[in-house]
Amino acid sequence: MLFDFATVLAFVVAAVGFAAITLLMGSILRPRFPNAEKETIYECGERPHGAAWFNFNPRFYIVALVFVIFEVEVALTIPVALVFRNWVFRSQGMVAFWEIFAFVLILFTGLIWIWVRKDLDWVKRFTAGKADVAGGTR
Amino acid sequence: MQETLDRLIREVLHEDPQVWAGSWVVYAAALLAVGFGLTVFGALVAGLTSWWERRIAARMQSRIGPNRVGPQGTLQFLADALKLIVKEDLVPPESDQMLFRIAPYFVMTGFALTFVVLPFGYHLSATRMNVGLFYLIAVTALVVVGIMLSGWASNSKWALFGGMRAAAQVVSYEIPGGMLALVPILMAGSLDLHEIIRAQGGFPWDWFVFQTPWGFIAFFLFFATQLAEGNRTPFDLPEAESELVAGYMTEYSGIRFGYYFLAEWGNLWVMSAVISTLFLGGWQVPFVSAETLAGWEAAGTVPVAFYGVSTAVFVTKVVVLMNVIIWVRWTLPRIRVDQMMSVCWKYLVPIGMGLVLLAALTEVLSFQLFGDAAKGPAPLGTPRGALHLAFFAVAGAVPTVLFFRKIFRNIRLTGDRIDLTNW
Repeated sequence: MLFDFATVLAFVVAAVGFAAITLLMGSILRPRFPNAEKETIYECGERPHGAAWFNFNPRFYIVALVFVIFEVEVALTIPVALVFRNWVFRSQGMVAFWEIFAFVLILFTGLIWIWVRKDLDWVKRFTAGKADVAGGTR
Repeated sequence: MQETLDRLIREVLHEDPQVWAGSWVVYAAALLAVGFGLTVFGALVAGLTSWWERRIAARMQSRIGPNRVGPQGTLQFLADALKLIVKEDLVPPESDQMLFRIAPYFVMTGFALTFVVLPFGYHLSATRMNVGLFYLIAVTALVVVGIMLSGWASNSKWALFGGMRAAAQVVSYEIPGGMLALVPILMAGSLDLHEIIRAQGGFPWDWFVFQTPWGFIAFFLFFATQLAEGNRTPFDLPEAESELVAGYMTEYSGIRFGYYFLAEWGNLWVMSAVISTLFLGGWQVPFVSAETLAGWEAAGTVPVAFYGVSTAVFVTKVVVLMNVIIWVRWTLPRIRVDQMMSVCWKYLVPIGMGLVLLAALTEVLSFQLFGDAAKGPAPLGTPRGALHLAFFAVAGAVPTVLFFRKIFRNIRLTGDRIDLTNW
């Protein structure tokens, strides 16, 4: 197992080295004539209006939260799926199946809840500063 | 790989790898060589794919495409790489300098790390990890870090929008991707990519895609999630040039820009290899059954030709899949961002959950029905194979009929007609 991790480390070194070497080679060969016009941030040919580091649409935040929850779910299910066949061949398949079923069902309930709350809708409507929950006015 | 190196040390250098201190040097050198070699292999594949894709795109659009550099333009990618390397490297002074410079390294690392476990043929891969698929899901997430960093560090509104969109898309599609990958894991009972391949057989009906209807559905959905994770059409919204300029790459130029495209085209190989491993039998050669292979291994007489043939089979499958991905790109239009999110969360995720449960239930039931015969692939002649075929026929026929009904309805509604005269 340690050897596998060493391989991963070697690949990290190789990938970073590959990128660094090409960049280094380039820095010897390539020209460098910066000027103010060239170095402006692209904004359709206009002078950029302020920095781009501003508050951003919260729906990405919600997507990220939902992602974390479900990714953990996938990560927890993978080991169960891995040993599932061992359980099956020990004739305990139904037990394992109902356990997976219960786990997925709870998560599915979560998905339904997010769905009903309309957090999955890309164009989410906000009414008077509070989220439009199911059954509310639309 | 450690066994091979140990044998090398014992037989060529006449040292005991357990006690000899120099074996660490041998290990490190060999690993670095393999790592560097496979990274270069990935870069070459990416370059050749870029040329091949441009040729196919040109063909599909009645153009010629790049055909000047080298025979049929095959060396075009070298010319492009050289041009990118000697091109002026612009780092906007208003951007976050350090993050802007590191971001491509994350993308390159995430791309190169997938080659640690990707199989190339029988017993051919950098390592055999018992957590292979899990590792693969984990390291591909590194690319997202690079994308978000580049989007944020550029200090450009286009890059920010593009980066956020790309991140939202890639992380969203990781969920159904992981769930659909559970279907072959359930059927193989292993995460080691070579073990997953060995749980399948050489003939198409031994592949996981045709083993159960759930595998069949999961194959197509997994293909779609892989397209989305690789930012390929119809899911290439992060690079929607008509609305986002160049997305998160807007401020990049020169070879830094090149790394993103290297990773994107190289990812075609990665995703095709993963799909063919999970669903299409990987390197399994027809007419070489699992028993034959086990016999060879027990006797220690695996023919050298088998390594070559299995690699050829695997590469053929990968290249065919890569071509399909390229055809998809030049055939389908790009979908809208809200459609992209709803396809993922409202269709793929619930269907993925259902498929996992159905695949698990099928495993249980087929063991109860067929006993020990349920442990391997189901050959066509056996009752289990016949049952699978019947399942498959029904589960395949219903969507097919519905699909064609819908197509013909659309054709009728728009007053169009099917014209085959120009074939």
